[in-house]
Amino acid sequence: MAFPADYKYTKEHEWLKADGKTATIGITSYAQDSLGDIVFVDLPKVGAELSAGKTFGSVESVKAVSDLYAPASGTVTEINGELATAPEKINKDAHGSWMIKITLKNPSELNSLLSATDYEKFVAEEGGH
Amino acid sequence: MSIVETTPVVRKTALNAAHRALGAKMVDFNGWDMPVEYPASIGGGIIAEHIAVRTGVGIFDVSHMGDIRLAGPDALAAVQHISMNDASRLAIGQAQYSALLYPQGTFVDDVIVHRLGDDEYLLVINAGTREKDFNWVRDNTRQFNCKVQNLSDDFTQIAIQGPKGVDLLSRLTDVDLRTVKFYWVTHGTVCGLNNILIARTGYTAEDGFEIYVPSDETTSERVWNEVLAAGKEFGAVPCGLGARNTLRLEGKLPLYGHEISDTINVWEAGLDRFCKVEKPEFVGREALEQARATGTKRTLIGLEMVGRGIARDSYRILNTEGQEIGYVTSGSYAPFLKKNIALAYVPPEFSAVGTELQVEIRNQGVKAEVVPTPFYKKPKKS
Repeated sequence: MAFPADYKYTKEHEWLKADGKTATIGITSYAQDSLGDIVFVDLPKVGAELSAGKTFGSVESVKAVSDLYAPASGTVTEINGELATAPEKINKDAHGSWMIKITLKNPSELNSLLSATDYEKFVAEEGGH
Repeated sequence: MSIVETTPVVRKTALNAAHRALGAKMVDFNGWDMPVEYPASIGGGIIAEHIAVRTGVGIFDVSHMGDIRLAGPDALAAVQHISMNDASRLAIGQAQYSALLYPQGTFVDDVIVHRLGDDEYLLVINAGTREKDFNWVRDNTRQFNCKVQNLSDDFTQIAIQGPKGVDLLSRLTDVDLRTVKFYWVTHGTVCGLNNILIARTGYTAEDGFEIYVPSDETTSERVWNEVLAAGKEFGAVPCGLGARNTLRLEGKLPLYGHEISDTINVWEAGLDRFCKVEKPEFVGREALEQARATGTKRTLIGLEMVGRGIARDSYRILNTEGQEIGYVTSGSYAPFLKKNIALAYVPPEFSAVGTELQVEIRNQGVKAEVVPTPFYKKPKKS
């Protein structure tokens, strides 16, 4: 599984792509594969405040419900409305199907996220269980 | 009655290696290591598998199901005593949906009773209740001149489900399957094996067959692979427990531990038409007569989500004022209907079709409406 090198990752399988103070957030291809067919995404409203490590929404496959965890703190500036009617896009292209954009409150938080290499190692271990 | 508790070990069907070779995602289901879905690369995924069964054909390993044979001069009397449907109506080669009940009218399990011969019956039971069911059947039939055998480990049970199931299986058997009606069984040659039990039954609310082949790994894998190969031209896909669950939910087929259990009675579950209280006697009958006189406090309903959200097992049901009135027994996205549906227990006054209710999802009431069930009915043959 290829994970984009310019993204950062959480152990809860979210990805974050930073562009200055703006960050785009989604879930990884590993996450969508574990979940199976995604049929529902519950996202916060524009203006919502996220705290790093806290849940900000949920994603549901036919079989399972999973919480989404904020990779970093910030204010939601945009949500991907397309996912409300076409959540299966995440299965087709997890790293291209972003969920929310936020303005980072504290960009230094990104230092604690995993690099693509570290995340790949992490899922290899998790998958081997 | 003594139920021997055994140490939990993960049990495997004879097709376990075959599922893994296909890349199936495996889960623990009632102590069984079973495929939940197959990879998209071979046409799998819960939604694709579900649609295959509704529109074409899907193939399931259901060997985790248990089988109990009752045979002997008193076999019918024994079956009549332990099951709620009327087995005396069965012709040889006919099957019926039924249930084993506790004296209080609640469920030991639901079963399919097959009449295989003059004095021979086969009960097909659930995986999670195999030992419990067998012990219960054995203990409750001691007074009858009838042999009770647990054949659960003897069969690999493969379900071939969907409108094209009949075409698929026809390629592998000498039996004229058109003569086998829904809920009838026969014996015939399948994949070169003689005297194989073929039942036109299933758990998908679709037409289909279940075949019972010897459970050794070599035979089981050969048959499984031949069924898959014969299915190619019909677009058959292997299907896991994920699709099995969404298929049975659309058809409102009960699942033990959800819609039926040892604390839910027959009337609450709405299985009246399979319960023949006019039969002189069966375990649970008296309590059910009493319960009918008293009236039920809850009833099983179908819900369709109106607001955004998916009802899941054990979520709370609220009335429009936000008071808790019941709970969800099974809930999911329904892949064929493309709706979010659920089965739930609520007091009868909330059961009328069109009643507005709420499902509590992550601490919020989300609007739902009582709808007719089953959610899905297979189309009548033209």
